[in-house]
Amino acid sequence: MRTLSLLAATAFATALSVSSAFALTVGFSQIGSESGWRAAETSVTKLEAQKRGIDLKFADAQQKQENQIKAVRSFIAQGVDAILIAPVVATGWDAVLKEAKEAEIPVILLDRTVDAPEDLYLTAVTSDTVYEGKVAGEWLVKEVGDKPCNIVELQGTTGSSPAINRKKGFDEAIAGHDNLKIVRSQTGDFTRTKGKEVMESFIKAEDGGKNICALYAHNDDMAVGAIQAIKEAGLKPGTDILVVSIDAVPDIFQAFVAGEANATVELTPNMAGPAFDALDAYLKDKKEPAKWIQTESKLYTPADDPQKVYDEKKGLGY
Amino acid sequence: MAVPTIVRERTPQIIVLAVILALNAIISPGFFSIEIQNDRLYGSLIDVLNRGAPVTLLAIGMTLVIATKGIDLSVGAVMAIVGAVAASLITSGYSLPATLAGALFVGLACGLWNGALVALLDIQPIIATLILMVAGRGIAQLITEGVILTFNDKPELIFVGSGSFLSLPMPVIIWIFVAILAILVVRRSALGLLIEAIGVNRRASTLSGVNSRVILLAVYAVSGLCAATAGVIAAADIKGADANNAGLWLEMDAILAVVIGGTSLLGGRFSLVGSLMGAMIIQSLNTGILLAGFPPEFNLIIKAAIILIILIVQSPASQAAMANFRASRQTVAIKTESREHAAR
Repeated sequence: MRTLSLLAATAFATALSVSSAFALTVGFSQIGSESGWRAAETSVTKLEAQKRGIDLKFADAQQKQENQIKAVRSFIAQGVDAILIAPVVATGWDAVLKEAKEAEIPVILLDRTVDAPEDLYLTAVTSDTVYEGKVAGEWLVKEVGDKPCNIVELQGTTGSSPAINRKKGFDEAIAGHDNLKIVRSQTGDFTRTKGKEVMESFIKAEDGGKNICALYAHNDDMAVGAIQAIKEAGLKPGTDILVVSIDAVPDIFQAFVAGEANATVELTPNMAGPAFDALDAYLKDKKEPAKWIQTESKLYTPADDPQKVYDEKKGLGY
Repeated sequence: MAVPTIVRERTPQIIVLAVILALNAIISPGFFSIEIQNDRLYGSLIDVLNRGAPVTLLAIGMTLVIATKGIDLSVGAVMAIVGAVAASLITSGYSLPATLAGALFVGLACGLWNGALVALLDIQPIIATLILMVAGRGIAQLITEGVILTFNDKPELIFVGSGSFLSLPMPVIIWIFVAILAILVVRRSALGLLIEAIGVNRRASTLSGVNSRVILLAVYAVSGLCAATAGVIAAADIKGADANNAGLWLEMDAILAVVIGGTSLLGGRFSLVGSLMGAMIIQSLNTGILLAGFPPEFNLIIKAAIILIILIVQSPASQAAMANFRASRQTVAIKTESREHAAR
């Protein structure tokens, strides 16, 4: 009996090692699951790995860099073929990246970059937050045409890089269109509560909202909060006040379905897809990818079958 | 003079609130205008009352805790936990009464946990409540599984946050109700006195027969219940439980409200009315800053500067200077009077 089970175990182990000889093994050190977007990024990464037959080893760092470094070291010890890191902070990566380089394991950064010499990692896959703001601004410019339009802006957390960049991109897009003017701009801390509270004050300050033609929110959550404030003030969001925001989280598609929001720019949770493609090209053809791979910033409007997108996105764990 | 005691005792807070409201009216001319919109009162002043609800509720519980020489740092995290519990109960199909009961029960349990650490194990309050402050958001995230748990299709719970009753927003009705209840219970019974006694000297009050353990447990439980109420309101207001951000840093605003309201962090004498005014002062300040339209980089600096001025005005040193000034004027008055008297 014992011999039999031993035999079975050996056979199983052999089968495993055979299969792993074909497939790539990739370690993925994720920050944690602090937001719905992060959870979606994790599930998309797992899906993308599955699609390509990659054996993904996943490590959740619970927002701690030391856990990430530990995870990367254990990936190196296991001799994986490549490592994906979504770095929690920008600094302090040099040592562990050098170890990976010495072990000849390519490292790809997801979603954020690090302050380390460029030769220590293969490439970084991130979105361009300035461009996201620009896409949102360009949509609004096209939407209002020559009509005068007073815009109120809900900024992200003061001083955070997405807030600075999304503001910059939007400002660039509306520059030169004198009919568009940002009349009020205030931080909503990327949260629904503050988005709602600040929008209430915008409406009071701008003649009960009659002076406001459009709202630009640096993320969808603030827009969702602001939409409620607009409704409670007796105005129609989406019609009386145009609503454009960034991120494309599922709840904004519900607002699309209800006709209460007009556009959103997607911050795609699919950072792993382009990363795996670059890795594949690198391992097969020794083709060095560019140091920065920019993800697509897709514009969604209510014309894009919001109910279908909502259902798809909801399945990703947002 | 026929000035009621409450007004005389709260003069600094009344003056500060009046000054800030006046500044707001200068910044935004329509500040005091209130109109009826969708059958409810609508205006910046109503916003102050409405947006101030969470901090006001937290400040009520915090005042009692601080009066016992304690502090409750966990209230913001308790708001997040309770919001998450309420959202998950209502989305799993429980009725509104069951949801509210469950949410309040969780808040009570959190409060009793803090109370047990402080009253039974004698752990210093700042450390005892720090535990739940740190762990609470994690617990809340476990409940919501890391997402914003929304309940857009549950109008009964949403009503608690954005509905209205007697033309007033529900949060305002709730905090006024809780405040009146707390003031009556504390001031119409000996409870307030016993709380103050514990704050002044816990050992002496225990020796003179005050059951300090039970009272300490009770004040932390009340703080937990107040935080739970605030948590339900915050979640209902945005139709979702945001474990990351609900009640974030509000424990600091609540403590500030209590201090501006004239209650000392050293325990002893407290004033619930003062704390309510403190909360309104903070919210008027927040609303004023939003209406002013300064760049957001200045928000915190302006808030800090104004609060610094308030605290300087209220500081014992400047109070003593004021008293001196008043006394010297009185002496002058008495002197003139007696001189006139002598002349006659």
